[in-house]
Amino acid sequence: METPMIALRGIQKRFDSVHVLKGVDYSVSRGSVSCLIGPSGSGKSTLLRCINGLQPADEGEVWVDGELIGLRIDGDHVVPLPEKEIADQRRQIGMVFQRFNLFPHMTALENVMSGPLRVNRADKERTRDLAMGLLDQVGLAARADHYPNELSGGQQQRVAIARALAMKPKVMLFDEPTSALDPELVGEVLSVMRDLAAEGMTMIVVTHEMGFARDVADHVCFMDEGVIVEEGHPDTVLTDPRTARAREFLKRG
Amino acid sequence: MNVTEGPGLRPRRNPKRSPWRYVVIAVMLFLALALADVVLTNPNFGWPVVGQYLFSAVILDGLLLTLELTAVVMVVGSVLGVILAVMRTSTNTFVARGAWAYIWFFRGTPLLIQVIFWFNIAALFPRISLGVPFGPTLAGIDANALVTPWTAAVLALSLNEGAYMAEIVRGGLLGVDRGQYEAAQALGMRPSKVFGIILPQAVRTIIPPTANQLVTTFKNTALVSVIGLADLLHSAQVVYALNYQTIPLLIVAAFWYLLLTSLLSYVQSLLERRYSKGYVPRSRPQAATGTSDAVALKEA
Ligand SMILES: Nc1ncnc2c1ncn2[C@@H]1O[C@H](COP(=O)(O)OP(=O)(O)OP(=O)(O)O)[C@@H](O)[C@H]1O
Ligand SMILES: [Mg+2]
Repeated sequence: METPMIALRGIQKRFDSVHVLKGVDYSVSRGSVSCLIGPSGSGKSTLLRCINGLQPADEGEVWVDGELIGLRIDGDHVVPLPEKEIADQRRQIGMVFQRFNLFPHMTALENVMSGPLRVNRADKERTRDLAMGLLDQVGLAARADHYPNELSGGQQQRVAIARALAMKPKVMLFDEPTSALDPELVGEVLSVMRDLAAEGMTMIVVTHEMGFARDVADHVCFMDEGVIVEEGHPDTVLTDPRTARAREFLKRG
Repeated sequence: MNVTEGPGLRPRRNPKRSPWRYVVIAVMLFLALALADVVLTNPNFGWPVVGQYLFSAVILDGLLLTLELTAVVMVVGSVLGVILAVMRTSTNTFVARGAWAYIWFFRGTPLLIQVIFWFNIAALFPRISLGVPFGPTLAGIDANALVTPWTAAVLALSLNEGAYMAEIVRGGLLGVDRGQYEAAQALGMRPSKVFGIILPQAVRTIIPPTANQLVTTFKNTALVSVIGLADLLHSAQVVYALNYQTIPLLIVAAFWYLLLTSLLSYVQSLLERRYSKGYVPRSRPQAATGTSDAVALKEA
């Protein structure tokens, strides 16, 4: 079997006394889309943050394309990497947030260019072309010179996706990318994500959009109370779950 | 009667003003006239002397030195403030506590004492030397030669300024949404680059208190007159020590302080507008404007 693009082994995370992740094993194969679903507070966001080291796990290992993230192997131990080196590793892991988090003092174009220019010290003209291409891809070339507060939520989220793609990541993590949007704006963002999936991007999507999970995901994970309770093909997990907890959650959702 | 009935659209009239309004205006006018009478007819104000010294070389030289001192102190203090603010948010507790202690000390003691202290530093350390603590000395210099009134003033005011600026900058950094840090980090930015994304956003909230701080510092420079540095106030003092025209010369100094603080407030309002970019929507329709006319509007 080929090595998965993303592999998590025994991930544990505590916040003070709260045990948020209680040993998560999870893998996503190259070019596939995995949807992560589960009730509020089950640890979905925390799991995504462990993958790119925004909140490093206390225990366990994160592997992305065969590279150990945030840790260095030293004999039979692992040692946390310095923040600078974790930052370098994050370049290959794109992330899209629920609340967009565009840089408000930059135009859409400047937002998309910010990664390559500041992280890779890339050539300005070439980065501009790349960024315009990406804005075009998400249907916002005409909005390149708008500031985020001049864009709708759906437009902001599409710029945020373009910004993450500008770093040419190997994987993309989405944390409830449509939860902060008015219902009529959800479709435009999901359609950009659909295109991305069709191009073969490896993606983990935390979402409440069961329609999207059913249509696009190759794999669905149901998480509850810090563990993956059930996972498998969307048809199985979403329509005919084995566990009572998943059945309960899907009935409510 | 319902909303659609009635004799058509009624014309609008402003509400009647309270008669008290005129009483208040009359009282204010009376007070203003009384003040003008006192100020203009009392010869002890010495208006001719004020006119004589307002643009005199000695006063203007003093003003120039006050401005230079303010500028140097603001620049050094701001750099120090940014460094201290970053130190305070450091995860290294020694670094964070060190910055805290610095701010605690310099904000907790009177600036006047700090000015006099630095001017008299030679009494504490006759020689200032560079070397290993408790170890050998590498280089040394006579403190009296190093600490002139100017260096003492710059040192005292800047170190103090740094403590105040640190709190202002820290407030600005804390005011930036956590999501902004995460978005920058998620792109793979190293801590220094993340800071480069955060600071411009913090500047917007940092500007108003910094402008206030600038006005305060500008006026605080008058304290250096006690160590004999020829600033605006000290220059006025030198003149009235000779001609005993104390009040007129204080008026001359106050005039320049007031003029400059008013100018600074004006510049502050301009800066605040400039840094609201991306926060206050530009006034133009949201309609589908193409890239080219968006650029044209930006340049207009
Ligand atoms: N920085 C933090 N400090 C302390 N507790 C935290 C922190 N982040 C998350 N938690 C806690 O961890 C638990 C899991 O949070 P998480 O955000 O991962 O859940 P989630 O599955 O993403 O939920 P939601 O669907 O509401 O986004 C919650 O109980 C939350 O309060
Ligand atoms: Mg969440």
